[in-house]
Amino acid sequence: MKAANRAIEGPIRAAAGTPMNGIRSKRALLRTIMNVVLRLANAAGLLLLVLIFALPFVWMLSTSLKTLPETMIFPPEWIPRNPVWKNYVDAWNTGPFLHYMTNSVIIAVSILLLQMLTIIPASYAFARYKFAGSGFLFSIVMVTLMIPSQLIFLPVYLELSAFKLLNTHLGLILPFASSAFGIFLLRQAFRQISDELIEAARLDQAAEWKIIVRIMVPMVKPVLVTFALFSFIAHWNDYFWPLVMTTNETARTLPIGIAKIREVEGVGTWNILMAGNLILVAPILVVFFLSQRQIIKAFVYNGVK
Amino acid sequence: MARILLKGISKTFKDETVIQDLNLEIKDGSFTVLVGPSGCGKSTTLRMVAGLEKQSGGEIWIDDTCVNDTPPGMRDVAMVFQNYALYPTMTVRGNIEFGLKNRGVPRNERDKLVKDISEIVGLAPFLDKKPQSLSGGQRQRVALARAMVKKPKVFILDEPLSNLDAKLRNQMRTELIQLHKRLGTTFVYVTHDQVEAMSMGDEIVVMNKGAIQQADSPMKLYQDPANLFTAQFIGTPAMNIIDMQGMKGLNIRSDRPVGFIGFRPEQGLLNPDRPVEGLVLKGDILTRESLGAENIYQIRSDAGTFFVKTFLRPLEPADAVTVAVPHDQLYYFGPDGGRIYGAGMQERALIAGGAIV
Ligand SMILES: Nc1ncnc2c1ncn2[C@@H]1O[C@H](COP(=O)(O)OP(=O)(O)OP(=O)(O)O)[C@@H](O)[C@H]1O
Ligand SMILES: [Mg+2]
Repeated sequence: MKAANRAIEGPIRAAAGTPMNGIRSKRALLRTIMNVVLRLANAAGLLLLVLIFALPFVWMLSTSLKTLPETMIFPPEWIPRNPVWKNYVDAWNTGPFLHYMTNSVIIAVSILLLQMLTIIPASYAFARYKFAGSGFLFSIVMVTLMIPSQLIFLPVYLELSAFKLLNTHLGLILPFASSAFGIFLLRQAFRQISDELIEAARLDQAAEWKIIVRIMVPMVKPVLVTFALFSFIAHWNDYFWPLVMTTNETARTLPIGIAKIREVEGVGTWNILMAGNLILVAPILVVFFLSQRQIIKAFVYNGVK
Repeated sequence: MARILLKGISKTFKDETVIQDLNLEIKDGSFTVLVGPSGCGKSTTLRMVAGLEKQSGGEIWIDDTCVNDTPPGMRDVAMVFQNYALYPTMTVRGNIEFGLKNRGVPRNERDKLVKDISEIVGLAPFLDKKPQSLSGGQRQRVALARAMVKKPKVFILDEPLSNLDAKLRNQMRTELIQLHKRLGTTFVYVTHDQVEAMSMGDEIVVMNKGAIQQADSPMKLYQDPANLFTAQFIGTPAMNIIDMQGMKGLNIRSDRPVGFIGFRPEQGLLNPDRPVEGLVLKGDILTRESLGAENIYQIRSDAGTFFVKTFLRPLEPADAVTVAVPHDQLYYFGPDGGRIYGAGMQERALIAGGAIV
């Protein structure tokens, strides 16, 4: 029907347009030029942004493949003449990197799993149930969001030490078993789901846990994935906490290993340091590419109206 | 199939009483329509029947069981929501069979039920799609299928068509009527559109401010309204009401005081060629609305502005007209709006300038 309408409209509009064809075409031309200019400006702006964000990465990559003298050349050269892959081997060999890597994986993944286990029920309860003191409890959760970890590390340190958990994986995992930020984020997502959906499920004879597992959680999956990514990156890259809570290599993680390259190789060895950094970020890049679509969805997600 | 009985139901939200002492019988196998202005408590009533809302007082019976303490899933009541409330992360098939799965219906039986139902509502090609990629009408069908597949005793539909465009709404209306015939299940349907109510229901419950005004068949409701509210709610244009206040000289014979007189626009005879025994009003035509077979006039008289509807008659060109309403087409209401039966006028009465000639 729409197509037919347009077909009728076409000739009429064309006929009406003829008397002032000159003016109209001039205007149209102007508009096209404006359009092109705007688009170019837009593209240029985006390109600038990309450069700002990507440049450090590119530099890191480039430096990690240079020889030591090459890193000092000014003006810097972007593409090393003979890529030195050995830098990666050197970085890896400065310490027990396989050990660090294993620790990092164990700790970041355990934190993530524990967080999922705690924040989903907690945020669901805060979003969906009315119980005595729910407002008060939620405000406590929110308050913990505002306390920087630099403020609580000392009491936590003493606590862990009392429980003999220093230098253990558990000591690096347990303090992050839940996340106020995650609870907040998910609670918002759960609250946006319409009550009718839950009522429909009740009428479908679904038990409460089934409503949560089969309907509610799948609906907040994009938010969940986003949070998981943030959490994983934060704990994968965390330097401060593992540094403070460990005194030997048992539970130490990659960032500490990377930082130690400087001690082993000397202060100016940027090429090896950068190779180490790349070893650190590579897993994150992989995770990001795997979950990219979900993340984008999380920011445009509305659900079915 | 089931009969629903509401006994002295009341509902209070915090301290706001929404429904008070509501008594209603919904007959087995009927297509009962709850109709009334927005906020009158239709959805609340239905949600109490479905068990989604707990009544503050009274009893709800489905067949021979009092379901006051039966959880929603166990009442054998299925509901179609206004916004469909489809599970967005499941496919159409997943949506339809979710209730069956929860009941532990075995797989092969489930498949057969889903297949049958999707053919009935014309969803077979879309079973593996997500609801987001369906049109409004298709989503509506999924919601229907999801409710139907459970073979419930009672089908509750809360304004299921209000999100559809006019054409699709008409089509779905007919389909729903056919569906009801075919299933023979009790349908309880909510709408605030009286046309929808009249065309679909075999039993209509008119509600206002949390109270039932009248529950009757569509024709009974139209011809024999129990009070002013029903009289004005059913019919387009609505019944004309003449306020008796300030209308002196009308010689009405009634054992109770009469507050209002009403007549249907289609019962007013425009410039009758023969003398008519009844109420005669003189006035000026304000607007003419021609719909082909019928014409609707808005007329201003000293008794107020009212409408007259004529069928298969040429458009009236004159401005000043006489409208006569036969005696037996006049409705009398008390000052409180309650219908007065057995009232009448002494003789031919003519109001002109508020006086009797
Ligand atoms: N959960 C609730 N809390 C407080 N008040 C409510 C709640 N649900 C409904 N109400 C009130 O109850 C009254 C009846 O609401 P209800 O939804 O039953 O109206 P309705 O007849 O379905 O209207 P509509 O045609 O607009 O859907 C309204 O005044 C509404 O404000
Ligand atoms: Mg409603």
